[in-house]
Amino acid sequence: MEALGFLIPVSLLLGGVGLLAFRWMLKKGQFDDPDGDANRILRQDYDDRPKP
Amino acid sequence: MAVTFEHIRPSACPACNAAPAAEDLAATQAPASVMLSLPGIHCAGCISGVERALLAVPGVQAARVNLTLRRAMVQADASVSAEALAAVLERAGYEAHELDPGLLASTEADRAGRELLMRLAVAFFAMMNVMLLSVAVWSGADGVTRDMMHWISAAIAIPAVIFSGRPFFVSAWSALRAGRLNMDVPITLALGLALVTSAYETLHSGQHAYFDAAVMLCFFLLGGRYLDHRTRASARSAAQELAALEVPRATRVALANGGAVEETVAVADLRPGDVVAVKPGGRIPVDGLVTEGTSEIDRSLMTGESLPAYAAAGSPVRAGEVNLTGPLCIRVTAAGRDTALARIAELVAVAESGRANYSSLADQAAKLYAPGVHVLALVSAVGWWLYTHDVRIALNIAAAVLIITCPCALALAVPAVTTAASGRLFRKGMLIKDGTALERLAEVDTVVFDKTGTLTQGAPLPLDVADLPEAKARVALALAQGSSHPLAASLAQALTARGLRPAEVTDLHEVPGFGIEGRWQDQAVRLGRAAWVGAPPTRETATCLRIGAGEPRVIGFSDRLRDGASDLVAALQARGLRVILISGDTQPAVARFGQTIGITEIIAEAMPDQKAALVADLTEHAAKVLMVGDGLNDTAALARAHVSISPASALDAARSASDMVLMGRSLSPIADAMRTATAARARIRENFTIATVYNVLAVPLAVAGLCSPLIAALAMSLSSMTVGLNALRLK
Repeated sequence: MEALGFLIPVSLLLGGVGLLAFRWMLKKGQFDDPDGDANRILRQDYDDRPKP
Repeated sequence: MAVTFEHIRPSACPACNAAPAAEDLAATQAPASVMLSLPGIHCAGCISGVERALLAVPGVQAARVNLTLRRAMVQADASVSAEALAAVLERAGYEAHELDPGLLASTEADRAGRELLMRLAVAFFAMMNVMLLSVAVWSGADGVTRDMMHWISAAIAIPAVIFSGRPFFVSAWSALRAGRLNMDVPITLALGLALVTSAYETLHSGQHAYFDAAVMLCFFLLGGRYLDHRTRASARSAAQELAALEVPRATRVALANGGAVEETVAVADLRPGDVVAVKPGGRIPVDGLVTEGTSEIDRSLMTGESLPAYAAAGSPVRAGEVNLTGPLCIRVTAAGRDTALARIAELVAVAESGRANYSSLADQAAKLYAPGVHVLALVSAVGWWLYTHDVRIALNIAAAVLIITCPCALALAVPAVTTAASGRLFRKGMLIKDGTALERLAEVDTVVFDKTGTLTQGAPLPLDVADLPEAKARVALALAQGSSHPLAASLAQALTARGLRPAEVTDLHEVPGFGIEGRWQDQAVRLGRAAWVGAPPTRETATCLRIGAGEPRVIGFSDRLRDGASDLVAALQARGLRVILISGDTQPAVARFGQTIGITEIIAEAMPDQKAALVADLTEHAAKVLMVGDGLNDTAALARAHVSISPASALDAARSASDMVLMGRSLSPIADAMRTATAARARIRENFTIATVYNVLAVPLAVAGLCSPLIAALAMSLSSMTVGLNALRLK
């Protein structure tokens, strides 16, 4: 039962990190164009050389 | 959340293969940041193609396509006009329209959506953590351990619910202040009561705490709310997008310093007495009288007539008509709210107020549900208090009843299905402007079509070019190529397709409003209006050719069918729907057209108010009417119908009066929409049944005091998930 003493804070911390990461993604506009992002990965424009 | 990813092979994407014809775009000034609407893009190939085409234009710094919104944002020098960019994309094979960024207030909706998403994320975080802690309690933790779990849960759940439940609290408060009950009142009550009794239980080392149920409730309800918001935001932005397509500007001619000066002004700033110039191909912005110039006027959007009318000094013209051949100067007699166009808009407003009475399936469910829940919770609380004389038990029972009956599944039932259905239809090129439109579409039993511009493309096709002798055809081709009149352009295209080359015609010159003439082998040759060429007047759309003193030859035109029109009519008739064709065009034209497409019930030469009256009459005889139309003469009928659809090429008044808009040029999505609507209604009904079954099973347990937090959690999540999955089954 002593394990609970640190396991609960650890799980809360990890959850909190996830929440902050989500907040960051939301602020960065990563949910603005879900269809576009799903399709962009399939195009071959930058396969051979990186985007300039 | 219903997120579907559909990967389409580039070759399967229609926009990549076919380039639909360009549409008229109003002239605009060049902004630094340009927004383009791309209704046809579908796939990764389209994204690359559009961005490459835009970046190749000199002066463009950055271009990014948003596939979800079907838009492109372009950063460019001020010298690059939106019109030019749209033309570049049309040439590259993508249908493109300029958007007025000022009209797109999407940032506001975006912010609200993000806020809702953040609340959803917080609720999810809290739900997962509290659920984890609750597992320990469910599996038999007691004494100090249970108290500790409850305390930690309280510390997470109370702030989480206060933060993420705000939309419900605000809405419930405003409903209560207005003396009404809505869905959010029982939700707020359930959340509040659950938190308060659970906190009290925790303080007194009680056995049951409903923190997990409260945050879960919040999460599922917010999920439904978010889907609903997304559907409505996309519908709203669609409506704005349509308004932004038409940039209302006019060229005013003012006399200054002894010469005529042209300036571009907003249509709203025009006053009676002003003179405006309208170029060939432009839309007339005001009601007025022609003061200078001769031309032909296409009235099809206003009246449905397919025959262009002659206009010269003194002819009256109305807003919404299109100037075809020569430049015109028009003295404004009525502008803005006094035009015929605006009067039709008023008719629309009157007709729309009648339709506001429609109560959706969700409204009907809420009307039954909200009072029922309160009564049930109150009765069980009072019953337990009378039985045990213990307020604590009575409140616990009331909280359990409210949580169990809370409309998680009900709140998801409609938005989940609507989101799935409208996403599906959007991919097929159909915009749904109104949330309840699909429900109404599923009830339709009568379909009324307009002819010109709806079942037809509004673009003429020459009828009998095949039996025109070669020599005459070559002369006609030479003449037709010299004019930009739509009839001439269409004739030239048809003759070129026959493999002909133009004859040598000299001295070509166009007489605006009449036709084009020239000399061929020392004979005068003319192509144009019957009266000018010297032929008997025609009733239907036609142009006449005369070579020297010979007999004039009449070349008739018929309107081209819109893609998918005949299939759609056949499909509707196969479904057993009554199909009616109504048009402002002449009787023979409508009759012949009805025969071609297979509609027997036709009404010709109908005025706008007659169209609306027909729809009203059908509605009175208990028919649910679907009106499909594009012109101003259809708007009142569109607004009066049970549900209405207009093509993207329609005037904005018609588009704003209708519930759904076809973004492409084909009519076939209408058949798909009807199928999807029927399926969606069936799914919504199923979802209500599922939600009700869960409630019927769990409520007796809650009233009897046997509902542990575990049962509440199971019932709630299972019902919400079945409802969500059922919505995704929609085909």
